[in-house]
Amino acid sequence: MPASPEHSGNDSLVKVRGMRFARGTRWIFDGVDLDIQRGKVTAIMGPSGTGKTTLLRLIGGQLKPHAGSIRVDGEEVPRLRHDALYRLRKRMGMLFQSGALLTDLSVFDNVAFPLREHTRLPEVMIRDLVLMKLQAVGLRGARDLMPSQLSGGMARRVALARAIALDPMMIMYDEPFGGQDPISMGALVQLIRLLNDALNLTSIIVSHDVQETAAIADYIYLLSGGRVVEHGTPEALNRSPSPWVNQFMHGLPDGPVPFHYQAPPYRDDLLAGVQAGRDRR
Amino acid sequence: MTCWRVSRLDATDDDTDAGDVMDWLQRLGHGALGVFERLGRGNLFLLQVLAGLPGLLLRPRLVILQMHSVGVLSLVIIVVSGLFVGMVLGLQGYNTLVDFGAAESLGVVVALSLVRELGPVVAALLFAGRAGSALTAEIGLMKATEQLSGMEMMAVDPIRQVIGPRFLAGFLSMPLLAAIFSAVGVIGGYFVGVGLLGVDSGAFWSQMQDKVDLHEDIYNGVIKSLVFGFAATWIAVFEGYDAMPTSEGVSRATTRTVVHTALAVLGLDFVLTALMFGDI
Repeated sequence: MPASPEHSGNDSLVKVRGMRFARGTRWIFDGVDLDIQRGKVTAIMGPSGTGKTTLLRLIGGQLKPHAGSIRVDGEEVPRLRHDALYRLRKRMGMLFQSGALLTDLSVFDNVAFPLREHTRLPEVMIRDLVLMKLQAVGLRGARDLMPSQLSGGMARRVALARAIALDPMMIMYDEPFGGQDPISMGALVQLIRLLNDALNLTSIIVSHDVQETAAIADYIYLLSGGRVVEHGTPEALNRSPSPWVNQFMHGLPDGPVPFHYQAPPYRDDLLAGVQAGRDRR
Repeated sequence: MTCWRVSRLDATDDDTDAGDVMDWLQRLGHGALGVFERLGRGNLFLLQVLAGLPGLLLRPRLVILQMHSVGVLSLVIIVVSGLFVGMVLGLQGYNTLVDFGAAESLGVVVALSLVRELGPVVAALLFAGRAGSALTAEIGLMKATEQLSGMEMMAVDPIRQVIGPRFLAGFLSMPLLAAIFSAVGVIGGYFVGVGLLGVDSGAFWSQMQDKVDLHEDIYNGVIKSLVFGFAATWIAVFEGYDAMPTSEGVSRATTRTVVHTALAVLGLDFVLTALMFGDI
């Protein structure tokens, strides 16, 4: 399903067209079209297992699609060679589910890592930049802690500080709200929106936390069965007539996606146990 | 990859044997293809690592840190093992040589055994057990905790940043460790032979000096340890990089490292010995 005309256009930082990707014999994506607008927070949501994380890996060039095109800032990602791909990645930030901090480095060194690797700035400047990034996420005081001493929420905020270290043009968030307590969740939600607006970033959030994501997203894509089922602003999706979208957006336990896993009829299943017991005697 | 099986839908009791044989053949074929696929992946991986090595010359700090972790921290086990191996060689050598009245040649026996064979081989086996398994576990865990993936997305090539230094460190450390093993072993042999068993000290050293040749014995031993170092480190880093990113996957990978390195070292030892010292 192509993106609606008023949404796609020259403002798209990421353009995905007709993308197909398979793992083994299973098609994870079967003709996906997406547009991620510059400067906006776009959410990609869907049930667990639809391959949302895979989509981020495809956009970041860690995986290659079997068909279709993925353009980031005009560059065709699957066709980029090693050096060009790494150059593009310097302009992308990615926040992994677990934070993916380097465990043998302190918080400070973790945030300084991309600066030390990719720039020739003197240590004095790097120190200032690291402190500024940590201040933005509220963890300037935690600079000397090791990753093993951080809580999950703190680790994610450090990873966020690291992701913005090189002032990228876009950030991809992989399930940022999973397993968070309400306070750190609230802090993270605010941070994502604030950073997006303050640094003029483009944010892509992959999540299935409808409430939190819908609160800050400018546009939402709903994925299921390897395709884009529906897309639009959060308000439009909340009012959507589709029963599946309605079930998903409002968290209803039963609907087009059934509650019960496929099974034989309940009465027959129970009675079969009684019969088996009788047969044994 | 296509695979075909005999349909089970129309299998009767008469067809069972044929079906089982086909199953077994199919599994055998699948397994063999898997082995070759892995070998191919390992070779492509090696090429990537080697391609990234020249860049390390500009960043010696990474290599030095790894040489400490891989080489220096293995010193204890190498020195202690070398000492004991040398002492046992002294004992066993003396027991056998004294029957032929050749006890004075103990120095030669100890030195040649160590320098030609035991030094490179045993040091490589110990290296696989201590440093190789540590490398595999470290890289496997970095993969499981998405650190390698995170590095990729930060535009830092994990092969150049993480794997390359470890590979170079292992390759450079191996001949040094083997040399230390041999040296300490000779000293151990000296303590047992001359100190305990009364072999003449002068004969011990002078015969050794006479019979151990720099080019034939010592250089060949170094070449062996270089080859073993290459193989052992390659297996260790590849198993780590290729491990399933789960705890079970990492533990299986570490076991595979030790076993495969041991087999590879012993196999290569035979080939190299035949080329260097045999007349094949």
